[in-house]
Amino acid sequence: MNEKKTLATTWLDGCSGCHMSLLDMDERLIDLSQQFDLVYCPLVDQKIFPPHVDITLIEGAIGNEEDLEKIHLIRERTRILVSLGDCAVTGNVSALRNPFGADAVLRRVYGEPTGTLAQVPKIGLPKLLSRVRPLHDYVHVDLFVPGCPPSADTIYTVLSELLAGRMPDLSSVAHFG
Amino acid sequence: MTATPAVKTFVIDGVDASARSEQTILSAAREHNIFIPTLCHLEGLSDVGACRLCLVEVKGARRLLPACTTRVEEGMEITCNSPRIAAYRQMTLQLLFAERNHVCAVCLANRHCELQSLATSLGMTHVEIPYRFPSLSVDISHERFTLDHNRCILCTRCIRVCSEIEGAHTWDLMGRGIQSRVITDLDQPWGESDTCTSCGKCVQVCPTGALFQKNRTGGQCCKDPSFLPYLRTMREEP
Amino acid sequence: MTTLTEELDQITAKVQQEQQAAGDRINVCVAAGCLSLHSDAVQHALEAETKKSAARCAVRGVGCMGLCSAGPVVSHEPAASASNENATRLYRGVQPEDAPQLVASLQGEPVAKLAISSQLPFFTRQTKVVLENSGRINPESIEEYIATGGYRALMHALNEMTPAEVVQEISASGLRGRGGAGYPTGLKWATVARVAGAPKYVICNADEGDPGAFMDRSVLEGDPHRVLEGMILAAYAIGASQGYIYLRAEYPLAVKRLGIAIREAKRMGLLGSDIGGTRMNLNLEIRLGAGAFVCGEETALIASIEGHRGTPHPRPPYPAESGLWGSPTLINNVETYANVPPILRRGSAWYAALGTAKSKGTKVFALSGKVRNTGLIEVPMGMTLREIIFDIGGGVDEGHTFKAVQTGGPSGGCIPAAQLDIPVDYDSLMQAGSIMGSGGMIVMDDSSCMVNVARFFMEFCMSESCGKCIPCRAGTAQMYGLLTRITEGTATHRELDLLTRLCDMVGATSLCGLGQTAPNPVLSTLRYFKNEYLAHIEDKHCPAGVCDCTASIAEVAQ
Ligand SMILES: Cc1cc2nc3c(=O)[nH]c(=O)nc-3n(C[C@H](O)[C@H](O)[C@H](O)COP(=O)(O)O)c2cc1C
Ligand code: SF4
Ligand code: SF4
Ligand code: SF4
Ligand code: SF4
Ligand code: SF4
Ligand code: FES
Ligand code: FES
Repeated sequence: MNEKKTLATTWLDGCSGCHMSLLDMDERLIDLSQQFDLVYCPLVDQKIFPPHVDITLIEGAIGNEEDLEKIHLIRERTRILVSLGDCAVTGNVSALRNPFGADAVLRRVYGEPTGTLAQVPKIGLPKLLSRVRPLHDYVHVDLFVPGCPPSADTIYTVLSELLAGRMPDLSSVAHFG
Repeated sequence: MTATPAVKTFVIDGVDASARSEQTILSAAREHNIFIPTLCHLEGLSDVGACRLCLVEVKGARRLLPACTTRVEEGMEITCNSPRIAAYRQMTLQLLFAERNHVCAVCLANRHCELQSLATSLGMTHVEIPYRFPSLSVDISHERFTLDHNRCILCTRCIRVCSEIEGAHTWDLMGRGIQSRVITDLDQPWGESDTCTSCGKCVQVCPTGALFQKNRTGGQCCKDPSFLPYLRTMREEP
Repeated sequence: MTTLTEELDQITAKVQQEQQAAGDRINVCVAAGCLSLHSDAVQHALEAETKKSAARCAVRGVGCMGLCSAGPVVSHEPAASASNENATRLYRGVQPEDAPQLVASLQGEPVAKLAISSQLPFFTRQTKVVLENSGRINPESIEEYIATGGYRALMHALNEMTPAEVVQEISASGLRGRGGAGYPTGLKWATVARVAGAPKYVICNADEGDPGAFMDRSVLEGDPHRVLEGMILAAYAIGASQGYIYLRAEYPLAVKRLGIAIREAKRMGLLGSDIGGTRMNLNLEIRLGAGAFVCGEETALIASIEGHRGTPHPRPPYPAESGLWGSPTLINNVETYANVPPILRRGSAWYAALGTAKSKGTKVFALSGKVRNTGLIEVPMGMTLREIIFDIGGGVDEGHTFKAVQTGGPSGGCIPAAQLDIPVDYDSLMQAGSIMGSGGMIVMDDSSCMVNVARFFMEFCMSESCGKCIPCRAGTAQMYGLLTRITEGTATHRELDLLTRLCDMVGATSLCGLGQTAPNPVLSTLRYFKNEYLAHIEDKHCPAGVCDCTASIAEVAQ
């Protein structure tokens, strides 16, 4: 029987806290997992994002060129795209650098004490975008789940509703922060 | 003054209601347990009609009217909540969230912020308006309080409480439009203000994490402006 | 003892005599437009030259003559025909070096290389009421204003009409406010007159902040007494004894001339106490504004006169009920007041015969942009846009085609070629998605990008927003940002949709007229030129070739 929905999750510019909250569902996760196939996840060993996914949860904002590539690919291959957590929804902590600019961050990380950007690695480090932005600045997002992180209860509601084929209404429970 | 104020009767969200003639739509609505969101209004301070969250529909009026500054009138038909108003209110909140840098997760007012809780009660799950990410300063010069422009929504409550209640008139506005910001004295650091009495009233009335007491950690800046109506009444009694 | 009315007649006779004696008159426009082209030097050269040649001729500096694009403008009124306009010779682009030739020509043929025909449609198609004296009298001489019939309406009203009759006459004339909204002036006066409460105030709104507008300035610089007379009449009608003229400090010439006019009127007993020997008192003061556009909004203007920050307040209460220091206050625009003396002098029926059914009288416009004759014009309401732009304005430049005309400044909209035949009146312009506004009229041709035009006006609103209310403060900045993205080529339909919704929201929820009308330039260009928006968004192409649509939204930092 192939009735099970496919689920993917990933993290972009985030702290993995939202994934921790996902795991915080504890045994409820085990119940839920009967209803989906986890086809892509930072916690499973799968390198390539599958071509057709029913639901993708994304933690984190878009901060570099790699994120940007990924989000477009994921959007193309996903039916219901969920922004999970404040970073994905607003930019949040990841976007704290925006008022100062990306250069200031690089200088602080790689440039001290000289204050130049000469030390910034050229290979293996995706190029930073000048601003960190929420997902929906680049692609269409179907559901927003704010919170830093969203509580396990909220994520449970979201997943069980989506798996049941309904769009959850978070407008009275969700909050930022 | 007339001895007995006239009573007006009107319809509010389909309910027949009455109020004294000097009452605003907002106070009448609250008496009848009808929710109208507000940010610039605060019981005990003068009203400025600036945040536009309290706009309501009045039958026959050409425009939406601010409930906080519009007085009830005989025969008014008031709609406090409609899909159109709800959409405008959400957009108003979005404009505020996008205007400056609101990062609730690391804000001292987290869970004690009127802006944040309005976002929840008005059902705002995200901000589709582009974030502006302006570069704004934080004034930590005062020994007891901090001003973080990143969180200020320019409601001017601090200005009003300081001049109307405390009588110090430390706060003012500078610049215009999107460049507006609150200043202390003649744009000196707050800590160097000659007029501030450190009474803390502005901090208590600030609806957001823009003004807070020092030495508090995240999520601990509880505000309590309930002293205001009390003070006001005490002063008005002869 | 002579009455003031008799005195006015004596002055008139004396001025006319003097003018006869002085012979020819050479009028040099020293209004702002020509002054910026150094018309003062032309005036000095002409003065020196007439002295030298001993010609019987008086050289005077006068207010704007209208054809500012031809400045410095000089006119010559031959002595014999001081009142016959057709004999007047007009000269364009006059330089100090031209003085000898001009003075030598007084008795002979006009100087051909400088002459402009006064039979041009630019002149013949206009109807001058507000500007009837502008460019023809010395604005610094009360006697010259009196000699044109000035202050007679006032004396007549004071002596023979009740205040209510004055209000009635203004109502019957159909005059509507010229400051933007077109509110019926008679109705406003009647309200202030009716509301109980003393003192009452009259205010003249001379803040004129629209970019490119100079109608009010020209009236104040060219014929200040007309505005004073209108204000005194208004004060009589509503029962005010104190008034203010709120003028922007950037208009030093208007400030100076108005100051002189107030002094002179006081000297003549036309202002101050016991005006014209009656029991009416009126003290008028000038208040200078710092030049913020929003200070022209009536509640902000009142706050500014009171010494507060010039920010608007929610209405109601309207100034008519609770205005300056909480008192009933009449506030009208310069041009509105300037219409009052002729209405009372010539009767409301005469005035009501000018214009259309619902828009009476004339309107002054500052015609500018991609049109041959730019300048200040006055036309009867109801003239079509086509007549104004093509007959009076002379059309767009060779090789270009007309695209749109913008009226109403930052609160107005752009009207396309297909609508050129609509009559210019309050209601038709509103229907076309624009407004009459205070009289700005900017012509655009095929070299103008309509998205960029909308962006220009939005930038103006954004930087002039006072910042008090959220929709306008943050909304104009967001709309400006979205328009910028469209012009840069980084916008999608999502941005366009958001822009449209913001327009609706900002217009519906802003506190004052600035925010309420700020979306208009966007809405009207979206209505008529959506294809230009779509070209920027879908094809990353600017049809007018103005915008560079090659930016990318995801800028890389390093
Ligand atoms: C942002 C804004 C700016 C305004 N600027 C002017 C101005 O410069 N001059 C003016 O006469 N009216 C201006 N107005 C209109 C005034 O508020 C007021 O309606 C007008 O002075 C009334 O005069 P009227 O009835 O003679 O037109 C402005 C309105 C707004 C909202
Ligand atoms: S929303 Fe909070 S928990 Fe989630 S990734 Fe961002 S910082 Fe971490
Ligand atoms: S002020 Fe309120 S809305 Fe802004 S970041 Fe702090 S908690 Fe969030
Ligand atoms: S602490 Fe008191 S006196 Fe000082 S600024 Fe705040 S309200 Fe004014
Ligand atoms: S500091 Fe606080 S009270 Fe003052 S204007 Fe800003 S948000 Fe309002
Ligand atoms: S609409 Fe604009 S100018 Fe008017 S009060 Fe609001 S912010 Fe100020
Ligand atoms: S509460 Fe009424 S406008 Fe802010
Ligand atoms: S300024 Fe001289 S003609 Fe207008």
